[in-house]
This record gives sequence, structure tokens and C-alpha cells, in this order.
Amino acid sequence: MTVTASTVVTSTTPLWYATRATGVISLILLTGSVVLGITASVRYASARWPRLVTLGVHRNLSLLVTVFLVLHILTAELDTFAPVGWLAVALPFLSAYRPLWLGLGTVASDLLIALTVTSLLRARIGHRVWRLVHWLAYACWPLSVVHGLGTGTDTRSPFVLVLTVLCVVAVLAAVGWRLADGWPVNAGVRLAAGAIGAVMTLVVIGWTLAGPLKPGWSARAGTPAPPSSSTASPTPSSSSTSQGNGG
Amino acid sequence: MTNRQHSDRVAASGSSALATAHVEEAAAVPASGAPRLLENRSSGPDLPGHLRRHGPLPGLDGPALLDAVERSGLTGRGGAGFPTGRKLRAVAQAAASGRGAMRRRGAVVVANGCEGEPASGKDRVLFLTAPHLVLDGIALAARAVGADRAHLCLHEDAAEQIRSVERALAERRAAGVPDAGVRIATVPNRYVASEETALVRLLGGGPALPQYTPPRPFERGVGGRPTLVNNAETFAHLALIARHGPAWFRSAGTAEAPGTALVTIGGAVAAPGVYEVPLGVDGAQLFAAAGGPSAPLQAVLAGGYFGAWLPADAFRRTRITGPDLERAGAAMGAGIFLALPADRCGLAETAGIARYLAEQSANQCGPCLNGLPALASGLETLAAGTDRRAAKYIKQLSPYVDGRGACRHPDGAVRLIASALAVFSGDAAAHAAGRPCAGARRRPLFPIPARAAELAGRSR
Amino acid sequence: MRETRSGSHLRVDPVACQAHGVCVEALPEMIERDPWGYPLLAQQVVPERLLAHARRAVDLCPTLALKLVPAEQATRR
Repeated sequence: MTVTASTVVTSTTPLWYATRATGVISLILLTGSVVLGITASVRYASARWPRLVTLGVHRNLSLLVTVFLVLHILTAELDTFAPVGWLAVALPFLSAYRPLWLGLGTVASDLLIALTVTSLLRARIGHRVWRLVHWLAYACWPLSVVHGLGTGTDTRSPFVLVLTVLCVVAVLAAVGWRLADGWPVNAGVRLAAGAIGAVMTLVVIGWTLAGPLKPGWSARAGTPAPPSSSTASPTPSSSSTSQGNGG
Repeated sequence: MTNRQHSDRVAASGSSALATAHVEEAAAVPASGAPRLLENRSSGPDLPGHLRRHGPLPGLDGPALLDAVERSGLTGRGGAGFPTGRKLRAVAQAAASGRGAMRRRGAVVVANGCEGEPASGKDRVLFLTAPHLVLDGIALAARAVGADRAHLCLHEDAAEQIRSVERALAERRAAGVPDAGVRIATVPNRYVASEETALVRLLGGGPALPQYTPPRPFERGVGGRPTLVNNAETFAHLALIARHGPAWFRSAGTAEAPGTALVTIGGAVAAPGVYEVPLGVDGAQLFAAAGGPSAPLQAVLAGGYFGAWLPADAFRRTRITGPDLERAGAAMGAGIFLALPADRCGLAETAGIARYLAEQSANQCGPCLNGLPALASGLETLAAGTDRRAAKYIKQLSPYVDGRGACRHPDGAVRLIASALAVFSGDAAAHAAGRPCAGARRRPLFPIPARAAELAGRSR
Repeated sequence: MRETRSGSHLRVDPVACQAHGVCVEALPEMIERDPWGYPLLAQQVVPERLLAHARRAVDLCPTLALKLVPAEQATRR
């Protein structure tokens, strides 16, 4: 784990804003994609919203996620405030900046690559293999949420927090709908899935309240201290009294 | 010797007069008109008896075998009636033209001895009287298509057949007779389990359920290799063709349908059982071989549960060959012919068969798993005379079921039901008008496994 | 009757088909539902103007049951 030698700049560079913004947008789009994916599996259809639309928008949203994710990663790399390192883009937990929480994002993006590639090649690889890989979406999304909460410097900003909560509520509602509708067919599996989902939700809520939402999270999350304190103003590891949009 | 005298002589009910007549024939070419497959009944199914009867396994090479089978005009005896020579050649070519790894691994031979039709008994008789003929045929076919592996499929509860084949295999191994490494594969006792693609799937480690085609097994079957799937009886005929030649094979039967075939005759005949008949005899001669009808007949189910009904007089005149039966609207199927006496209700019998076929659906394809129970219910309603719209309902539903599954199971059921409505149209009209016949209330005549077990349980 | 011009036919793998019905929405000109929701495919060659829609229907089928096969292979089993 090395600290890059570049100078630390203030947290108001456009790149840094872009990273945060594209990150939030990616999460919203991913949430939309997951919800629509679930809508497809419960076979919802109405006169004004045929299955065609569900599937079409699901695919388009997923592709958009990859676009914004690329921007998110690029801006994070190019921006020298957070020393992420290029290797950490593909391999998790290698960055100097909040290694664990950023690493989760790396895992999520790796999963998303797998999901996207297998979906584009669906006709070639056959339905069974595609479906097996696609279950990973249920891992990709929660990892993205936790990554955002743990890495993001906006967690305590009400705007972003509300957005995150709305995303979580949307997916929980969709998953609940899917289980209630009887998918998967095996009741035992459904029960297990419901239980796991509930437990995970409670754990994440608890962790969020005790971690990112509490003051001093930046330091505890592993934000490296700037090499020379004179150039940094205000530093990212300042306490809760800083503005909502940074820190 | 007329065909009728010939059929009389090959009655397989075990008469000892027949037993002595053929002992001296030994390895000579069976005389024209003499029984072929079932000739072993006199000397038993063991290897020495087999060798005495038929002589050793011929040493023909692959191309010579392919040529002989093609010229013989042998067609599959399992129901589809596909020209065997053509199938062998297709598998051989697919195996030879395989790329790289595929070619090194060769083809696969699968002998279907499952006898999925409840009313059929021919494969059982064949395995008990001449297992070595079947095994010879498998070894020869393996040589012809370049297969290094063979499977013989039997139902898992066909204990007698399994024992007989195991004994025969042990004898061959002890005597050094080639058997193409054939292994017995046990198959669940379900109607669709012995369908061609279902067997391939089972042998590949999957469930015994039919698969969507293409590709057909001859192109890609077990383990992705070209696979020859044929009925056990077909292999037995092949073993004799290799010994005595295509001209000998063609000396019985017709030009369109040469050779003999094993048939199961049941229902209202004096001596129900398995018989070997030359193809081309007419229905009357066929029943005469089984001692003739035991009661006045109204109709015959030709082709078993995968076949269709024919009115009794039409059946008497029809020649027993695949093409002729199809032209008459029925089928050869696995050679099952069930005689329905006049005092029974054809609609009620068919309703029972239709319900059995519905229960035996693999439940993989929507039109079959939904359609067959609906058609069976329609037929049951018609047989009970409780709804005058039942016949119309069946006719409207049938096009949605026919031809829309992965295998031909729904097609067979639709054809059977349509033939019942046509042949028993008088009954249908009476039933629909609320006047079911007395025969409708009698116990079913034709065997349906679950019900047979149920009835057996009740009688204790 | 010999088919001299090439073209594509719609085919469905009835084992894979789970009656999602997306194909019926994507290509109503050639696909209808049967009484149980399974697709009834028109048997003719897919006309040029509908080929793009047919390909989309094949692509969108949730279980990859719908297929477009060249006319030469289109014998019914």
C-alpha cells in the first residue's frame, strides 16, 4: 500500500466533483436496472407497459451504468486528491485511499463487467450459463451501495443520503415483490433469500449509523493524510463541522 | 407355403410341435417362410444354442455391412420405421467427417430395448429367446459406424430381460465373442423415457426426458458424438442380414416393407401374444396367427397407444406394413395390434389411454403438459355422456397440441384421439346426445400401468 | 415444392419456452398466443420488412427459446 507522491489538492477540483457525481448517478442507474430486472422476472406486464419495455429499458440502463462507471473510475484515477492507483481499478483492496471501501467498489465493477459481457454474448454462451452469472447482480448492487456509503465523501450530505435510502428502499421493495410473487419456486430458497436480505439490510443500516454517519469516518475509513499540511485546505479528514459537500 | 400357414407356424406361445420341427436346421440359411428371430425357442437363448442356430458372427467389414443393410431395405422396428441403412450410413459419415477430437472418439451405438408401450411384449420375448441376436447386431452396427462404445437400454424394473442379457454378455466374454463393449443402461419406467433424444440425454448424465432437435442424435448424440439409436429388434434383423444377405431378407415381406417383424397381438383374440410375421400379410391373416378373434370385433388399435383406430373390416383388408397402415390412417408403431370387441366402448377405452398418455407427458412443453390433460378430460366427458360439446371441444383444441412439443408424444395422442372420434363417430353422437353405451361402464380392456397396479391392489 | 429463395423461419424450442410472451409483443404480425400463453408461430418465411423485429424478438426472449433458422434447415423435425 503506497501513497502516491503527487501533491494533494483541495477537494474542490472538477474531477473530484465529477467522481462523486458519476458515482451517485451510477448507483441510481444501477438501482433502476436491478428493479427492472426483477420486474422482468416477475413477468409484470400491463397494456401501457409491456414486457418489451421492461427488458429494453433494463438493458439500456445497464449500458448507461457502464458508461457512467467508466467516467467515475476515470475521474477518480485522474484526480490526484484520492490516491487510487491504476491497479486498484481491477484488483480490489489495493488502493491507498480507503482500501476496504474502495475495494468493494472494485469488486462491484468487476462483477458488472462479468454481467455485461455475458449479457452481450448471451446468444453464444447459452441461457444456463448466462443465468448463472446473472445472479451476481444480487451481489453487485449491495456492494455498490456499501462502497458509496464507505468511500463517498458525501454520505452525510442529506441530498446524497436521501438518494441512497431511496435506492435501497426501491430494491428492497422489488425483492420483496419477487419473493411474494413466488420466485424462486422453492419455498425454502425464498425464505432463505428473504432472511438473508433482511439481515444484510439491518447490518448495513447499523453499520451506516455507527460508521459513515458518525464524525471522524474519513480517518477510520483509511483516508491517507496529506503529505504536507500547508497545501491542504481544508483537508479531507477534517471533522464533522465542515461543509456538507465535502469531508 | 402361404403366408397364412407360415404365420400359424411361428406362433410364439411355445407349442412343442414347433420346437421339434427346426432342430435339424442348425446353421443353414432359414428356409424361405421359416421363422427367423424367434427360431431359437426350440434350443434356448444360450450361446451354444445361438451358434448352432445361426452360426458365428460374420466377419464383414464396415462398408460391406452398410451396403448389405441398405440393400436389404430394413426399416426401424421401434415405431418410426426409418430406413436403417440410411441411418447407419448417416452416423458413419458423421463420425468419419468429425473434426479432430470428435473423430478420434468415434460414434456411439444405442440399442433401445425399453419397450415403453404398456401393451407391447415383443422386445421382452426377444431378449428372453434370442439375446445373442441382438448383441450380434449391436456388435455389427458398431463396426459399421465406427463406434467404440455401445449401450443397451432396458427399463430398470425389467428384471428378467436384464438377467437374460447379463447372462448372454457373460457367455460372450467367456467365449471371446465380440460385443462392442456394450453396457446395460437402466432407464426409468416412463413412456417418454425411451424416446430417442431422451435416451441420449440419460446416457449423457441428464434426465430421461426428450430434447429439442436439431441436432438429431445421428449428428450429435451421447457426449456430442454421432449416435445410432435403434430398437433392439432392428439389431436382431441386422445380425441375420449380415449372415444370410439382403436377398434372403427380402424373400419375406413386400418390396416396400421387406422382412419379418415381431408383433404383439392383444385384446379379443383367442391366443394373445407375440408373433413373428412376414410384413405384408393382411389384418385377417395377422389375427388368424393369434387364433382369430374371440368375439365379434368393432375396431382394432393398430400401432398401440402411439397408433390409431381402424374399423374392424378396414383392418382385415389392410396389409400390415408401415406405409400401408399409414395410408389407412393408422401406424405400424411398435407392432402392437389390439382387437376391440363389439361389446366394449371405444371411446371409454381411448379415454383411459388418453389419460395415461397425459400423465406420461414429460411436462417440459406447454402445449403437451396443458393440452393432453385437457384432451383426456374432453374424452372422458364424452365417454360419460355428460356434455354434448365435448367432441367439438376436442376438435378445436387438437390443433394447438399437435406438433408443438419437442417430441412426438403429443402428436401421437392427438392422432389416437382423432381416430377414436372418427371410427366411433356413431358412439360419439350417441354419447354427446346423453346416451352413452353400456360398454362405457365396463372395466378397461387394454393395459394401462397405473390403473393395472391400482386394480391389482383392489383385488387383494 | 422446392424453395429456391433463401429466407428465415421462426422456430421455438418448446422445452426452453416458458411462455413469457415477449416475442408476442415484439412480433405480433407473426406470433400469437395459444390458449395457454405459448407462442403460435406463423410458418412462412419472415418478410424483409419484419426481419429486424424478428431478430429483436429472438434477442429479447428471456430463455433464448425463439430462433431464426435458415429456410434450408426449417424442416419440421
